[in-house]
Amino acid sequence: MKKVEVKEVGIGTLSNRRNFLKLSGLTIAGTGLLLAGCSSDDNGGGTPDSEQLPGVRNGKFDLGGGDAGILTYAYALEQLEADFYTRVVNGNQFGAIFNSEEQAVLVDLYRHEVIHREFFKAALTGALQDPARVLPSLEFAYESVNFNNRASVLGTAKALEDTGVKAYNGAGKYIDNAEYLLIAGKIVSVEARHAAAIRDLIDPGSASFAGNDIVDANGLDKAERPSVIIPQVAALDFIQTPFTANYLP
Amino acid sequence: MNILKFIESFTNEGVIKSLGEKHSRRESFTQFGNMGKMAAFAAAPLGIAALLTPNKTRAASASSAAFFAAAAETPTQALQLALTLEYLEDEFYQIALDTNGLIPQADRDIIAQISQHEAAHVDFLRQALGNDAPEKPTFDFTGGQGNPGGPFNPFQDYQVFLVMSQAFEDTGVRAYKGQAGNLMSKPDLLQAALQIHSVEARHASQIRRLRGLKGWIPGNDEGGHPDAVNAVYAGENVTNQAGFNTATVPNIPAIAGSESFDEPLTGAQATSIASLFIVS
Repeated sequence: MKKVEVKEVGIGTLSNRRNFLKLSGLTIAGTGLLLAGCSSDDNGGGTPDSEQLPGVRNGKFDLGGGDAGILTYAYALEQLEADFYTRVVNGNQFGAIFNSEEQAVLVDLYRHEVIHREFFKAALTGALQDPARVLPSLEFAYESVNFNNRASVLGTAKALEDTGVKAYNGAGKYIDNAEYLLIAGKIVSVEARHAAAIRDLIDPGSASFAGNDIVDANGLDKAERPSVIIPQVAALDFIQTPFTANYLP
Repeated sequence: MNILKFIESFTNEGVIKSLGEKHSRRESFTQFGNMGKMAAFAAAPLGIAALLTPNKTRAASASSAAFFAAAAETPTQALQLALTLEYLEDEFYQIALDTNGLIPQADRDIIAQISQHEAAHVDFLRQALGNDAPEKPTFDFTGGQGNPGGPFNPFQDYQVFLVMSQAFEDTGVRAYKGQAGNLMSKPDLLQAALQIHSVEARHASQIRRLRGLKGWIPGNDEGGHPDAVNAVYAGENVTNQAGFNTATVPNIPAIAGSESFDEPLTGAQATSIASLFIVS
């Protein structure tokens, strides 16, 4: 069953939309995150800005476009990570299958991802000023994961952390607001720290923490745009709540 | 491009007016607050304190004018700062790998992998900058500014090497983060910088964990480093993220708040840290 629908955006459409979004999106004012208004006829994009915002369209929540869409996309990924680690640390074999160092790492990751999730929830709630625009709490299931098996949990953690790194790395250049870019930067390096730690738990003392499978010959980590990441995450079949991402690059 | 001219472009004119003159430059370091406070090594919560005994006590300036507001920096300047930091890391690891008996066999694959990345970053950034690439500076990793007997001995003591490696990697993470905004007009370069940034974070995590620390940074590193490198962790304890307090999430310990977000350094901050090891 396909639960997440992704529509690749045509290049022509994208470029018009990008021009339009340069003038819209979100901006920070004061201590909170506030939504900046914008007129709906910029650059002849023909798309009212409300259609770029996150919200339900055709019965499914769409992540939206522009900075609001990128932040909502990040919120979805953080929801997944937070939910996963919540189940990991609450697993009834948690204390048995992981040594104390591994437990400490996984508990920290659980805490960090819950904080990331709560941050995005608060930020988007404040920025969008409309609960209907805020991505609801998604539902998750992990049929392919055995939470009582060390390798299964660590392997899934590795996939999620590496995905988080390449998702933030690939989304950065689509962010129009410098403050949001900085926020994404503050989070992605923590995800990379996580990824390295998990990889080292799996393959201790090796080069895997920044292995050649993820870092290329130029010394660059992976970066993928949302329309590449979302189908990959959907294929894991962890996210049970249908949503769309029709306005993300 | 002369490295000192480049540094000058990042730093407050008033502080580093006579940068080209070595004596003045050394004095200016005392203004960089904690990095100059070598005397504090005596109280370092590490067994290596004795080996890091300073050859000269430098009082921290009360004005501590290190932390200027972020200057308006161009994409070229952002990449020049990045290249300078990569030159420093690259040479640091290269010397370490070439020093017999320094790196335990068990850690050799890790250090070699990091070294390979730093060398690749140097090549990549030199290519990206073309004629704007600064030449490689002359480094002195003892921190002695070319005089023998500086306070650090990273190539004689592996634990000192790891402390400095951690400081360089965490500085790198913070410095790239601080430059992201300056690269927004060049999306491809921004993405490449982000791709390097996360690799530096992977390195930092691994080195920190080799030292028995968390891979992420609690508060201002909670005693995970000698005071002499406090500048690397200044402001890392922030928990206010766009108005949201990360330290007050229900049922989560406050310290996880600062751990869960890394903080940027300005170009001036990063440059002042690197400058301690640049002779010319």
